[in-house]
Amino acid sequence: MDNLVSLFSYEFFTRAVLAALLAAVSCGVIGTYIVSRRLVFISGGISHASFGGIGLGYFLGVNPLAGAAVYAVLNALGLEYLTRRMNIREDSVIGILWSFGMAVGIIFIYLTPGYVPNLMSYLFGSILTVSAGDLWFLLAVTVVSGLFFLVFYRWIVYMAFDLPYIQTFRLPVGWISYVLMVLMALTIVVNIRVVGIILVISLLTIPQTIANMFTRNFGRMILFSILTGIVASLGGLMLSYYFDIPSGASIIFLLSLFFVLVRGLTALFSGRARGKIPAERKEEDESGKIFIARE
Amino acid sequence: MMKPLVKLENITAGYNGGAVLEGVHLEVFPDDFIGVIGPNGGGKTTLLKVILGLIKPWSGRVEYTGDLMPGTLMGYLPQHTDLDRSFPISVEEVVLSGLLPRKGFYTPFRKEHRLAVRGALEKTGINHLQHRAIGELSGGQLQRVLLARALVGSPRLLILDEPVTYVDNRFEGELYELLKELNRNMAILMVSHDVGTIASYIKTIACVNRTLHYHPSNKISEEQLAAYNCPIQIITHGTVPHTVLKKHS
Repeated sequence: MDNLVSLFSYEFFTRAVLAALLAAVSCGVIGTYIVSRRLVFISGGISHASFGGIGLGYFLGVNPLAGAAVYAVLNALGLEYLTRRMNIREDSVIGILWSFGMAVGIIFIYLTPGYVPNLMSYLFGSILTVSAGDLWFLLAVTVVSGLFFLVFYRWIVYMAFDLPYIQTFRLPVGWISYVLMVLMALTIVVNIRVVGIILVISLLTIPQTIANMFTRNFGRMILFSILTGIVASLGGLMLSYYFDIPSGASIIFLLSLFFVLVRGLTALFSGRARGKIPAERKEEDESGKIFIARE
Repeated sequence: MMKPLVKLENITAGYNGGAVLEGVHLEVFPDDFIGVIGPNGGGKTTLLKVILGLIKPWSGRVEYTGDLMPGTLMGYLPQHTDLDRSFPISVEEVVLSGLLPRKGFYTPFRKEHRLAVRGALEKTGINHLQHRAIGELSGGQLQRVLLARALVGSPRLLILDEPVTYVDNRFEGELYELLKELNRNMAILMVSHDVGTIASYIKTIACVNRTLHYHPSNKISEEQLAAYNCPIQIITHGTVPHTVLKKHS
């Protein structure tokens, strides 16, 4: 325990813990939107495509994460526009953006003179080398998306559930889904330093999938996801420290383990409880509360 | 002279494939109960979507008056719902979403809104499902939830697209009686295949097949339908073959 406390005397470790907490919060919020609106593939595409921005950043000599942010936001806005306005095969376009971004990234890194230092850390994350600047960026995105969800919660959830119905009010609220796409892209980019381009999608989906086993309420799903994310990212950080293995991968490994455990336990539990269900059904049938669909 | 709630003038609308509606005129008055009939692909749903503001017409004008200005409610029960049944949302929240324009943009829902939701759930006979997630409902129950959402704000215009597709026979009867009662306070526009059944509830008929023919009565014969270029299959009730839309018991 002393050992653990003394770790906090290292600035890099304190930063890593803060990054882990902020990653859990930001991914808990945005990930719930992603999972509910079934945008998992889109977010995977945006995450990988942002590698193009990292390559461009290196080549132009600007902060690679800033390059990734611009690139990811443009991709996200483009996709939201295309899927809302045009009659296109969305998944094919995502596939193209996904691989095009990776190609752009690798080309520009190749063209950049000299040695490119921490390429691997962008792909798989490197929570122990998070800089103060990265942390501020992460904090800003977390706070902004948290506030946005607090203020516009009802609009966000109801538009995600049934957009045409909300459109019949003929109110100017279309910008809300664009803001959400921007927040999604930025959340992905700020978490690249924590778990990396390839792994960030799991931080945006596994906690939600676990949370969804316990609740069917959007707000509670956000809270459960944040809690799960915090436990897994701090746990992963410890694993990474004690066994000297990569941090991003440890976090995702732990999350996946949680998922399997919870899924297994709920299956076992509901298997035991299954005996009760038919009786309940019948009771409802008799009082006429269950209606059979005429299909 | 009563003013129409909504007025369509010379509307032409369609999708990438081409025009679905052409030169459509329609006025919906506050006490109307219009049955919208026509063949599949004839433009019935497109007509509703133009009125609802979901489709921008290629040409022509949609004019809303007073109670239907943008930002107000029109009750809408969509047809085949593309809704994601696994979306994390409860019955109460779905119905509450029908009141979004009533709450301030930044303010939360108030007690009166929750009471309105309870009332709408009672009307559609599903108040016992209030806290269920929509993923736990049958198709018929979900249809009732969506009907409650359409009713919750007591809109001046209620638009229903094939409202009985997923419901059982018993609720079908209840629904039509409910609509008849609601029609005292709101205009209703209802798309239906089953012209025979709705005839005794609706007041007038709009035949939609690319063009729109308004028929100012709830009785219509095969000959008139043919003249309106509205080839639909008529389900006859009773023994007399040609008085197809006569009130039946």
